[in-house]
Amino acid sequence: MNFDFSDEQKQMRDEARKFLSEQCPPKAVREVLDGKAPYDKALWKGLAEMGFLGVAIPEQFGGAGAGHLELCVIAEEMGRALAPVPFSSTVYLAAEAILIAGSDAQKQKWLPKIAAGEAIGTLALFEGKGNPSPKAIKVTANGGVLNGVKKPVSDGAIADFAVVAARTGSSGRESDISLFIVDLKAGGVEVKSLTNIDLTRGQAEFSFKDAKAEPLGAVGEGWSVITQVLDRAAVLTAFEQVGGADRALEMGRDYALDRIAFGRPIGSFQAVKHMLADMYVSATLARSNCYYGAWALSTNAGELPEAAAAARISATQAFQHCAKNNIQVHGGMGFTWEFDCHMYYRRANAAALGLGSLSYWEDALIDRMRKKNAA
Amino acid sequence: MNFDDTPQEAEFRAVARKWIAANAPKEFEEELSKSSLGRIRLARHDMVEVGKAWQKKKAEGGWACLHWPKEYGGRGATPIERVIWQQEEGVYGKLTQPFQIGEGMCGPTVMAWGSEEAKRRYLPKLASGEEIWCQLFSEPSAGSDVAGLRTRAEKKGDNWVVNGQKIWTSGAHYSDYGLLIARTDPNVPKHKGLTMFFLDMKSPGVEVRPIKQANGMQEFNEVYFTDVVIPDSQRLGAVGEGWSVSLTTLMNERMSIGARLATGVPEMFEFCSNLMLEDGLAIDDPAVRSRLASWAVKASGLKYTSYRAISALSKGERPGPENSIGKLVSGLMLQDIATYAMDLEGAAGSLTGTDEEQANGQFQQMLLSSPSMRIAGGTDEILRNIIAERVLGLPGDIRVDKDVPYNKIPTKGR
Repeated sequence: MNFDFSDEQKQMRDEARKFLSEQCPPKAVREVLDGKAPYDKALWKGLAEMGFLGVAIPEQFGGAGAGHLELCVIAEEMGRALAPVPFSSTVYLAAEAILIAGSDAQKQKWLPKIAAGEAIGTLALFEGKGNPSPKAIKVTANGGVLNGVKKPVSDGAIADFAVVAARTGSSGRESDISLFIVDLKAGGVEVKSLTNIDLTRGQAEFSFKDAKAEPLGAVGEGWSVITQVLDRAAVLTAFEQVGGADRALEMGRDYALDRIAFGRPIGSFQAVKHMLADMYVSATLARSNCYYGAWALSTNAGELPEAAAAARISATQAFQHCAKNNIQVHGGMGFTWEFDCHMYYRRANAAALGLGSLSYWEDALIDRMRKKNAA
Repeated sequence: MNFDDTPQEAEFRAVARKWIAANAPKEFEEELSKSSLGRIRLARHDMVEVGKAWQKKKAEGGWACLHWPKEYGGRGATPIERVIWQQEEGVYGKLTQPFQIGEGMCGPTVMAWGSEEAKRRYLPKLASGEEIWCQLFSEPSAGSDVAGLRTRAEKKGDNWVVNGQKIWTSGAHYSDYGLLIARTDPNVPKHKGLTMFFLDMKSPGVEVRPIKQANGMQEFNEVYFTDVVIPDSQRLGAVGEGWSVSLTTLMNERMSIGARLATGVPEMFEFCSNLMLEDGLAIDDPAVRSRLASWAVKASGLKYTSYRAISALSKGERPGPENSIGKLVSGLMLQDIATYAMDLEGAAGSLTGTDEEQANGQFQQMLLSSPSMRIAGGTDEILRNIIAERVLGLPGDIRVDKDVPYNKIPTKGR
């Protein structure tokens, strides 16, 4: 059994960590946090130059053609560094949707631009409150144009194009939903920035008014593609979450070693020590679930839906747990703007919702486990 | 990343599988498969006798204690081969329960600290199950703080005379030998005055008394020592070095990463899939699904954590303290699952009579047994300390008794 990343993949992780520690220190994250820039453009360019944006994009479409395991190790580092760039929207959502459903021409048009850092993409799925569901989609597609409102859309305000889920039928079935690519620079879309708890990643609202749209994949197959994209993104986001959880745990551990109270390091008190041990346990369980998700993703295994849900739930819980208790270990200092704890807390809680909430994925996991047990 | 064996591992697995298919006691397969959650009972046979027969057969075939050197009754196998063997042995592995303390803790300690003569005399018979060993560490006033133990061993000529009491000794009533840690010098700080011995459990002055546990069962014992004589040749390590020797024992306990821990999740999933509530099946209830999903990801997290450990083992890395998380997570989970399963049954959840109880009463049993899971083999709190100190590198707690002679340490609250 070799249930681990290869030496080459670990080397890539080290490279990514080194690159991000130099190019994306907390100071750089704070530029976006403080609203001085919508995202870190220099970092985005650097990620393209490193080949990280196209790591899982085949060579014929301008990528490195490495694979999803390589993308997983990079995702972990992106989460660890809280990289303030539209990586997840562009790479996990838009690029994966095009890889799954795109025509050759669409792949040729968008994937090389993504890999080169020349196009930011996103997925416009949600329409207000609620979890992913074909019933919730009201945006219509008729005669090649879209009408309606999508929100929240991750990184929508800085995106160049979006993959949009829209209604093409009214039978009440999943086959009513189709996907489209919309060039956001081509007019017909009003984009409005929305404020959100994670100030290092933007959210937006799209209002489509006869916006020109090009079908992505066959009509009526949109929901099946969305499900696949969400499963893939769940695994990749889970790696980001595990990276963030690990970093929050380290911050708490380091502070507990450094901070003296009652004449001793606070890390020598069992109340603090046990809190950190529990954080380690959740981060470890999440990491192991993520590895299984990575295996399923990289081999396109039939286990992917179940593995993705398990990775998503476990990583969401771990990141929330570690980020929350990291503040607790820091005490009052953890509640200052100056300390970085809140940036992880914000990211942990925003990341918990972006692909659908915890309860949505819990529900999905049970359905998928039942399906497997019945088979 | 893959779950495949290396060619050598695959070859080893094939040989093991073939041997098991030809030799395993298949008449017990069904009964063993049914006994889940660590509770093993054979309706018409004595567990220890059936276990001894299987262990003997394995020893004859070269499959007992297989990671031990051949001259001491093992096979000289690698750690990963041991894991593969455990996977292949499957349900029959449950029959090894009476030998686990000997194989996992006592044997390795004798191997590390015993004389060549002692190793050749005792280890092969331990490996073949002919002689069963138990471990005599815990005492009524020395549980988590095991170095605070009181049992005295005093030197009289070439012998030691032991007086005191041990507790929570699994299998003492059917054991032939015991690994004993005792205080040989009460005038020095507690860790420094300990010495390790092994003794014949049939020695005069050894009295084994079963403990009636909180769950009504009797699986552990108290062992009393009254002027028990142990020859100095049965000392392991130097006088006063007992604490270091005991660390060998405890380190080896953590090596057994291949062992599958019961989590209660498959049982709970099945239970919820069949239980009718007022509005339908329990598994269709959103609250139930949420709880179930959280437990399921803990169970899968543990499973894949052990796969990661096995992969590290396969590359020749040694398992470390990070393997403490298995029991920490599964113990509490068993208790929570049992509580919730009974909650779903409403008032009838408390009933244990055979006509009333759901799912063969397994959750009621689990509820009553689970507190011990969180205590035996290191309490939840000790495991958290191990993770915090040995994995995360946090400082140890300040010990007020650290440099105090043992006989000056207060024994009651002020």
